[in-house]
Amino acid sequence: MTFVPKPKVRHPLLEFNEIGLTRRDYEGSVSTLCAGCGHDSVSAAITIACNEMSIPPHRFAKLSGIGCSSKTPSYFLGASHGFNSVHGRMPSVATGANLANHELYCIGVSGDGDSASIGVGQFAHIVRRKVNMLYIVDNNGTYGLTKGQFSATNDRGSTSKRGVPNLYSPIDLVSMALQVGASFVARSFSGDKTQLVPLIKAALMHKGFAFIDVISPCVMFNNHNGSTKSYQYVREHTAAMVDAQLITPHEEISVEYAPGTVKEVDMPDGSLLRLRKLSETYDPHDRIGALNHVQRAQEQGDVITGLLYVDPIASDLHEVLETTSTPLNQLVESDLCPGSEALDGVNASFR
Amino acid sequence: MTTYNDFVIKFANVNGSGSASANGMFAKALFRMGIPVASRNIFPSNIQGLPTWFEVRVSEAEHFGRRNEIDIMVAMNAETFESDVADLRSGGYLLFDSTKGRDPRLARDDIEPVGVPIARLVMGEFQDPKQRQLFKNIVYLGVLTSLLNIDFSVITSMVSTQYKGKDELIQPNIHALEIGRSYAENYLECPLPIQVRHSEKLGDRIFIDGNTAAALGAIYGGATVCAWYPITPSTSMAEAFEQHAKQLRIDNDTSQRKFAIIQAEDELAALGVVIGAGWNGARAFTATSGPGISLMTEFLGLAYFAEIPAVLFDIQRAGPSTGMPTRTQQADLIAAAYASHGDTKHPLLFPATPRECFDFAANAFDYADRLQTPILVMSDLDLGMNETTTEALAWDDARLYDRGKVLSSEELDEVATFGRYLDIDGDGIGYRTLPGTHPSKGAFFTRGTSRDEFATYTEAPEAYTQNMDRLLSKWETARDILPAAEITSQNRRAGIIYYGTSATPMSESLAMLDEQGVELDTMRIRAFPFGAEVIEFIDNHEIVFMVEQNRDAQMKMMMVNELDLLPSSIQSILYYGGMSISADFIAQEVLSYYQVNNIPRIKVIST
Ligand SMILES: Cc1ncc(C[n+]2csc(CCOP(=O)(O)OP(=O)(O)O)c2C)c(N)n1
Ligand code: SF4
Ligand SMILES: [Mg+2]
Repeated sequence: MTFVPKPKVRHPLLEFNEIGLTRRDYEGSVSTLCAGCGHDSVSAAITIACNEMSIPPHRFAKLSGIGCSSKTPSYFLGASHGFNSVHGRMPSVATGANLANHELYCIGVSGDGDSASIGVGQFAHIVRRKVNMLYIVDNNGTYGLTKGQFSATNDRGSTSKRGVPNLYSPIDLVSMALQVGASFVARSFSGDKTQLVPLIKAALMHKGFAFIDVISPCVMFNNHNGSTKSYQYVREHTAAMVDAQLITPHEEISVEYAPGTVKEVDMPDGSLLRLRKLSETYDPHDRIGALNHVQRAQEQGDVITGLLYVDPIASDLHEVLETTSTPLNQLVESDLCPGSEALDGVNASFR
Repeated sequence: MTTYNDFVIKFANVNGSGSASANGMFAKALFRMGIPVASRNIFPSNIQGLPTWFEVRVSEAEHFGRRNEIDIMVAMNAETFESDVADLRSGGYLLFDSTKGRDPRLARDDIEPVGVPIARLVMGEFQDPKQRQLFKNIVYLGVLTSLLNIDFSVITSMVSTQYKGKDELIQPNIHALEIGRSYAENYLECPLPIQVRHSEKLGDRIFIDGNTAAALGAIYGGATVCAWYPITPSTSMAEAFEQHAKQLRIDNDTSQRKFAIIQAEDELAALGVVIGAGWNGARAFTATSGPGISLMTEFLGLAYFAEIPAVLFDIQRAGPSTGMPTRTQQADLIAAAYASHGDTKHPLLFPATPRECFDFAANAFDYADRLQTPILVMSDLDLGMNETTTEALAWDDARLYDRGKVLSSEELDEVATFGRYLDIDGDGIGYRTLPGTHPSKGAFFTRGTSRDEFATYTEAPEAYTQNMDRLLSKWETARDILPAAEITSQNRRAGIIYYGTSATPMSESLAMLDEQGVELDTMRIRAFPFGAEVIEFIDNHEIVFMVEQNRDAQMKMMMVNELDLLPSSIQSILYYGGMSISADFIAQEVLSYYQVNNIPRIKVIST
């Protein structure tokens, strides 16, 4: 994967990027999420990626729905405007924001509840519409903010913290995105910055709809089966259960592993997550192949990570709609108002 | 006695039979003769095969409301024949297809039957069954030109323009017209004592429906984003926006479009797109009807609380639920005014004519930007979908858009500390910034959760209360900005209040009442929240009527609630049958109030 550069080793906070800024300039306010929450790692990865790309930090529009994941746009890119909208409806708001100004980098952050349950319709339709944006789902397989209910990305048979099994089939957003026409589809793990940061950069560079499903463990509601685990897991019943009411700081889970290999990760609830990294020979330009690959791996209990599909010459919504190169929100009276003379003609056509 | 330019003609057809275009041509032809006309399409929620009617009110006196009495019936639908015949006034004319002999169901002897063997005439001239069906409509149009003395050249020139480029269609259409005309001239007494003649009455007025006018208003008002989901009777507004934007909003040099239209997956998404675009500084709107408003309520609360400009057109139809989707009502007022959970309220505008649809549409974008809140334009099916005579659209080229308080990068440089929700000017409206404006100043986080003046999340009771109170002070500002009620007053004892399409029959109602010795001052509500003139009008009249097209007196409820009125201070006149309210109905209701309460009239009327 030539377009996913290896990150250089550097002291991230102090080093200046090409426009003379440091990582600090890409950070947001202090996170109020639980210590160790996977979502914070995703925010950190976004911060690193944007800094490394040297994009002026105010040239982003950050959008989200509702949930712990949807709070995170506060915690990165503090110089940019953010919009924490309503539950499950970020895709439509992002569509509008992108229509108004196609020059901004548009980042949407959502949760598995936000995008796979209440917002599954809007998710499917924003993919179809090819909005040029990076759409991240912090996929923890649970409703974090409402305290740990099952989400639609849970595998059938996985159990809640009370031991109640999930009786319903899961929705895999990656497969769905591939099916309805996303031109960039990837999956990663919040703890794997080595993989996630380059993916975010590639997604931001991609013109068209870029989707990254990030498995992002919920350390709080960790004694039930989250989606991260439910895709693939080998469950170990020996792990200690953590009381949801007892807020214990957790270590951020980070992993590093080579392409083509499998990494087993101990999840906070004691389950085991098996991540299979795509090998270097994998062809990410074959959409149907990608779909097969994802589903076959799922059957084996593996979660495939990496760039699954990219169409390097994809188009976006503005191309489809043939809108002006000047952003719509910068057009003024002389561009927009046809004037009284044209109105005379309009009137005449109604006589 | 011959009367000119004063009658109601009703066409009874089957939908999907091609009658709409012939009937539309009839109305337009009269308009082209300079005669004031209003048309009404009464159609089922169905694509083919159900009864449909088209009414044309021809009125030199410019009474454009619906009238219960039908002077001429063109009865082309066997299924509704009996009730169509019953609808005719005594002495009225019934044009019907006499191919199968005189219809035995024709029971009335107080009307004038005019039989034309339309099917037989068409049969002899056209082979293709589809053409036969279509040309039946054109044949009766031809008959009517003779019966009513319509200028034939006006109709033929309309056919030529309508089928411009499809020359093979012009000749057969004109031929069909001539078949009808020559039959009428050979076999019928022409013209009837009810007929038309050229008039000078129209001036430069136009014949247009409210949805098209509103769409043009959105174009002139600078809207660049339209997001919508199909629903009768609002669909034609989005379609008209697209059609006219493709003419009026194309970049001359690049052929690129200076607009974007999204047919969304539902109304939630439609409003979401509008809110996203409004947040990012583009003027955006959606067009919908009651069911759509219901779906949009969560987002309306967000836009109210997060203070995002948005414009919504609610082309109202009869509810609740799917109700009567092709019938008109003014029954979404409460749903719109107080849409969403929590303490919310939204400014409403009430256009009454297509010209006002244009003006209010354009103005709504200024109000939304100025007030940083959703504005709902409350039209209805009657206004939105029917072509009628209205003032020509006008635009002042010196007019600039009021984009409200949006800080530029240079302005931000001058600001010491930016606070999105600081009420610097005391009008309840803060300064906003658009994403990407300034490298280090003015960025803030928009949210539907409570925040302080610097847009920082807080649950502090004082901060929350202060913010909610500021929104109320903005509501007071809205009162001054929005259009005032239109009042005609001679300090009479009684007044009548109305809004939207209830204004259409009012001139005729007032004339009827005047004849009966009842004179009324009038007040037409044009916006919510109400200005000071509204309470003043109510206070100054001993008797106050309010005309509404809903069951629950929704505007009255809003007045009682917002103006702290005694409910008994307003007498409701309510019609909610789904047809547009008629002049007779309003006059009757007022008169019966006078009778029941023994109220003396200005003139003594002998009964
Ligand atoms: C209309 C509506 N229904 C329900 C809620 C309550 N709610 C808030 S967050 C949430 C679930 C969030 O789950 P997810 O998107 O997975 O985010 P996470 O907290 O897991 O990151 C729900 C149901 C809401 N805010 N709005
Ligand atoms: S509840 Fe779970 S998802 Fe929410 S902040 Fe805590 S760890 Fe993260
Ligand atoms: Mg979740």
